[in-house]
Amino acid sequence: MTAEAAPEPGQIHAGTGEPLVVLDGVNKWFGSLHVLNDIDLSIARGEVVVVIGPSGSGKSTLCRTINRLETIQQGSITLDGQPLPAEGKQLANLRAEVGMVFQSFNLWAHKTILENLTLGPIKVRKTSKADAEKRGMELLERVGIAHQAQKYPAQLSGGQQQRVAIARALAMDPKVMLFDEPTSALDPEMIKEVLDVMVDLAQRGMTMVVVTHEMGFARTAADRVVFMADGAIAEENTPEEFFTNPRSERAQDFLGKILKH
Amino acid sequence: MEDIVSNFDLVLSGFWITLQLAFWSALGSLVIGALLVAMRVGPVRVLALFATSYVNIVRNTPLLVIFILVFAGFPALDLLVGTPFLVKGIVTMTIYTSPFVCEALRAGVNSVQLGQAEAARAIGMTFGQTMTQVVLPQAVRASVPPLTSVIIAMTKNTSIAAVFGLAEATARMRGFTNNNADDRILIFLVFALGYIVIVEAISGASWLLERRWRTVR
Ligand SMILES: Nc1ncnc2c1ncn2[C@@H]1O[C@H](COP(=O)(O)OP(=O)(O)OP(=O)(O)O)[C@@H](O)[C@H]1O
Ligand SMILES: [Mg+2]
Repeated sequence: MTAEAAPEPGQIHAGTGEPLVVLDGVNKWFGSLHVLNDIDLSIARGEVVVVIGPSGSGKSTLCRTINRLETIQQGSITLDGQPLPAEGKQLANLRAEVGMVFQSFNLWAHKTILENLTLGPIKVRKTSKADAEKRGMELLERVGIAHQAQKYPAQLSGGQQQRVAIARALAMDPKVMLFDEPTSALDPEMIKEVLDVMVDLAQRGMTMVVVTHEMGFARTAADRVVFMADGAIAEENTPEEFFTNPRSERAQDFLGKILKH
Repeated sequence: MEDIVSNFDLVLSGFWITLQLAFWSALGSLVIGALLVAMRVGPVRVLALFATSYVNIVRNTPLLVIFILVFAGFPALDLLVGTPFLVKGIVTMTIYTSPFVCEALRAGVNSVQLGQAEAARAIGMTFGQTMTQVVLPQAVRASVPPLTSVIIAMTKNTSIAAVFGLAEATARMRGFTNNNADDRILIFLVFALGYIVIVEAISGASWLLERRWRTVR
């Protein structure tokens, strides 16, 4: 069977039904390489979408276009009804609304853990230092790192750093959170502590786009799985359906490979 | 011998001017150098081109030529007319040293992982904020050793200002040696010692900074 039999994009989702992030006919090329091929994707408020697919299929690029770390050549992306602005101050404001968590954490090495959480709110949102620190400590408490607030990133384990990175994104009160393989740089024993934080976030109603191969997370927290191949969405379905009964050959092939080990 | 002892205040005042020249020129060069590096790595093509040209042209021009330009050329263009010699000296040293600072910092900027700036952009910081809050502070930390060399070279270069009527240390030394030809070696040693003290102080400060920032990362 092919992807054509899959439900229309946007049909399967939980959340409140109202679309928050909408990608419409998005195309992107790196030189002659067509990395995003006619992507239509609508993500509802409160929905958790897991993006899965082989290496090089464009998952990271998809994530990065949503907060315009990458530009697109065709199509449109809107956030809460607003099209993404081109450059400058307005774009910076939009990025503040979209939290991003990277595979390599990217905590600012010269700032303490607490400073990592307060820098954005203070500089971008113009929050007072006292308020930013109060909120920062609450978030550190929530991800279980409050007692390390005065340390520097290099003094923390990978799992702790990634939890701080999630808290740093949350400190901006984003409308949507993007995760690009948040656990794939972690030692196995640290993966769970990060996934736990993400599951908690999902249960609190955060809208999330998560690139991950963690099927456990997809099964417990995701409303929808989007399978990408060669820059296009090849299949999308509920996690349960997708993992037990993948329709497209590409997905069957891919799942076969990742399930083997 | 007696001359340099009884007129030791002249030695001190000479070094005082050297110090002022070095301090303000260092500050000016660091600020302008940071601006230049921001232009070079920034998204605006014209500014990047300007900064690159500035660095290449000035870096290839002898310091003496820039002194002549500022002290003789600028007044002809109605620039810096009536400005104290000390300020002109600082302007000259800053023009000359900032490209070297820029290049030392650029190596530092390149050593900062791309993800650091990306995380700043992703959180909504503007290019200016990303540079001043995240990239430059880390670049400076990584550039302390080369920056120290630049500032030390600059401090020694201030002696060229003697030629242009600034009564800094080297100018004073010449005054003493002219009047006391027999004590030349001694006078030379006294002034050399003065420069050594200044350079050692810069090295010491740099060492402290490096040590402090090493524990931080
Ligand atoms: N900056 C870039 N310049 C040129 N090509 C790029 C760039 N970034 C990514 N690509 C290419 O675009 C394609 C999609 O990359 P992307 O990183 O989105 O894939 P991915 O699905 O995230 O893969 P992975 O699972 O390996 O992370 C790949 O072929 C990649 O080599
Ligand atoms: Mg990727």
